[in-house]
Amino acid sequence: MELLDFARGPALMWAISIFVVGVLWRLTGVLFLRRKADLSAPRKPASWMGLRLIFLRSWPRREFVGATAFTEVLGYVFHIGFLVALFFYVPHVLFFTDIFRGVIGMNFKQVFGFAWPTMPGGLIFFFGAVTVAALIAVLVHRLISPVKRLISNFDDYFSWFVTFAPLVTGLLAYSHIGAPYQTLLALHILSVELLMVWFPFGKLMHAFTIFASRGSEGMQFERKGATL
Amino acid sequence: MSTADIDVKHPLETDKPRFSVKKPEVRFDKQGEMPDDERVKRAMQNFVKDFGRTAAIYMESCIHCGMCAEACHFYVTTENPKYTPIWKLEPFKQAYKREYGPFAFFYRLLNLKPSVSVERLQEWQELIYDSCTVCGRCSLMCPMGIDIATLVSQARHGMFQAGLVPHELWAVAERAEREGSPLGATPKVFADRIEWLADDHEIDIPLDKDKADVLCAMSSIEIMKYPESIVATAKIMKHLGVDWTFRSDGYEATNFGLLSGNAAWQKDMSMKIINAAVACGAKTVILPECGHAYGALRWMGANIYGKPLPFKVQHIAEFMAENIQSGKLKVKKLDKSVTFHDPCQIVRRGGVIEAPRVVLNALGMELREMEPSAGTNWCCGGGGGVVTIHRADALRYKVFQLKMKQIEDTEAEVPVTTCANCRQTFDDGQAHFKWDKTMNSLLELVAENLVEED
Repeated sequence: MELLDFARGPALMWAISIFVVGVLWRLTGVLFLRRKADLSAPRKPASWMGLRLIFLRSWPRREFVGATAFTEVLGYVFHIGFLVALFFYVPHVLFFTDIFRGVIGMNFKQVFGFAWPTMPGGLIFFFGAVTVAALIAVLVHRLISPVKRLISNFDDYFSWFVTFAPLVTGLLAYSHIGAPYQTLLALHILSVELLMVWFPFGKLMHAFTIFASRGSEGMQFERKGATL
Repeated sequence: MSTADIDVKHPLETDKPRFSVKKPEVRFDKQGEMPDDERVKRAMQNFVKDFGRTAAIYMESCIHCGMCAEACHFYVTTENPKYTPIWKLEPFKQAYKREYGPFAFFYRLLNLKPSVSVERLQEWQELIYDSCTVCGRCSLMCPMGIDIATLVSQARHGMFQAGLVPHELWAVAERAEREGSPLGATPKVFADRIEWLADDHEIDIPLDKDKADVLCAMSSIEIMKYPESIVATAKIMKHLGVDWTFRSDGYEATNFGLLSGNAAWQKDMSMKIINAAVACGAKTVILPECGHAYGALRWMGANIYGKPLPFKVQHIAEFMAENIQSGKLKVKKLDKSVTFHDPCQIVRRGGVIEAPRVVLNALGMELREMEPSAGTNWCCGGGGGVVTIHRADALRYKVFQLKMKQIEDTEAEVPVTTCANCRQTFDDGQAHFKWDKTMNSLLELVAENLVEED
């Protein structure tokens, strides 16, 4: 089981290191830039209220709903599906709780008083399959929509690939299809590591920057009483 | 380019319904003499020059979802993907990653993002200027909360320093810097107009008072094309008994430094009004019916001044609404239906959303809102300097049809707005389409319907 040992051992350490250092590098590189104070007299002094845009922008304004529904709905489907599979599948939970114990020195349950919730494998498989279908639809849309096709670059397709691969290898490993289980599991872990290594360099970083970006626009606009 | 060249190459056309240059078909869309790689360098450096945390966060956050296209009038009316708002920044995104972003070193080292070519920037001139009114509708659509309009303004800083500004916009901006007004409304012309209007309308229009509570400014479009607005301002001030003045050292509210992307000229233009207000001890500066003039002083003025402004800045619609609500400004009731065109820089991006509606309500008019209206209303298509650019006309008329339909759908009798640049765009569109609707000024509507005190 050389491949699996590699995936679970040095590859995992490297992937986590690159992920953590890369994310911190990119975030600090931006968040520690200077920000000039705005000297204009605010219309609404409590500009922090604009932070509500972080939540508000999670769904388009009434005027925009029709035009973007397809992208919005598919986006929600694959994000939710991905997160459910990631955080509620028993083997994943064991992995996370192990790390938790390693870092905190106590069990998750001892700290929070309840166990990390899990879902049955069959349900996770369903979420995973729906997510795969949604991601395929997202890719097809990117290829056939003139706007998306024009503005897409390597990052868009590669980020799609590194999101798609762990789902597919995960489903295959769960179903024991195509190769010995150990090999599938190794491929699954390696595909997750690929995602982690790519994460800080491409658009997957929006998982972090979305809060800063929405928050910044919200506070700037709120200060002026402008439309959020 | 020497000043002599400018007058030969860019003679202004001031007699036509909208201001521009004579012979726009002879184009000079590249300014100054410098090698191509110098242009590229300047474009990129000046794009990121005023970058702080906020702009950098925006640059880091795009997920290429393409949804901003659906908010842009240029895309929606043409369905040409190149008008997707975030695509308008494509070469600049590349430059940001290569020159400024957290991984810039690696991008350069491995040449992952090759340097942008001058041809590409020239190609992008149309996207940065002709097909963006900086209306900011896309900024409301973006699921990441990226203020795309702000980034386009930053890109204009780069384009200006690279000498890649559309001919007409560059010419009017240069004229504004040199003469004090983009339209030939020099201090002398302004003073002559004031004298003529005061005589003609038998109204006192104070100019250059040493001390005054209120300093009023006008836009050159009003001074040259809609001088009734000057009279309307004077009538309202008289009605309210305000101690006010115009100043020949600070009367021009338009800021073509801002529109064309020259930060130094923008500062020069703003400082004239600021200094004039300080000189006469004004407690309030009232800005005219001009969209970008509002943003330039109300939201950028203090930052240019380097400290908080020692006076209050109001758009004329805010001033009228405030005085209506306090009962000082009394207007007659009009038995008509009205629809209000929201100027982007005043309403959506400026925050003056209720004031014009308060005024229309006081006039007793039945307000029939457009769909959509207020903060998400469609732009007229002429803002951000676009109306000055002749080669953009066909595109602008296409966009204007969206506006015509919106107004037709309300079936309102009177269309009203509170921006002279929008009004100019409407007048031009009306003439082009032989449309039967004429845009009206909120300011003039109020001035025509003041209740005279006994």
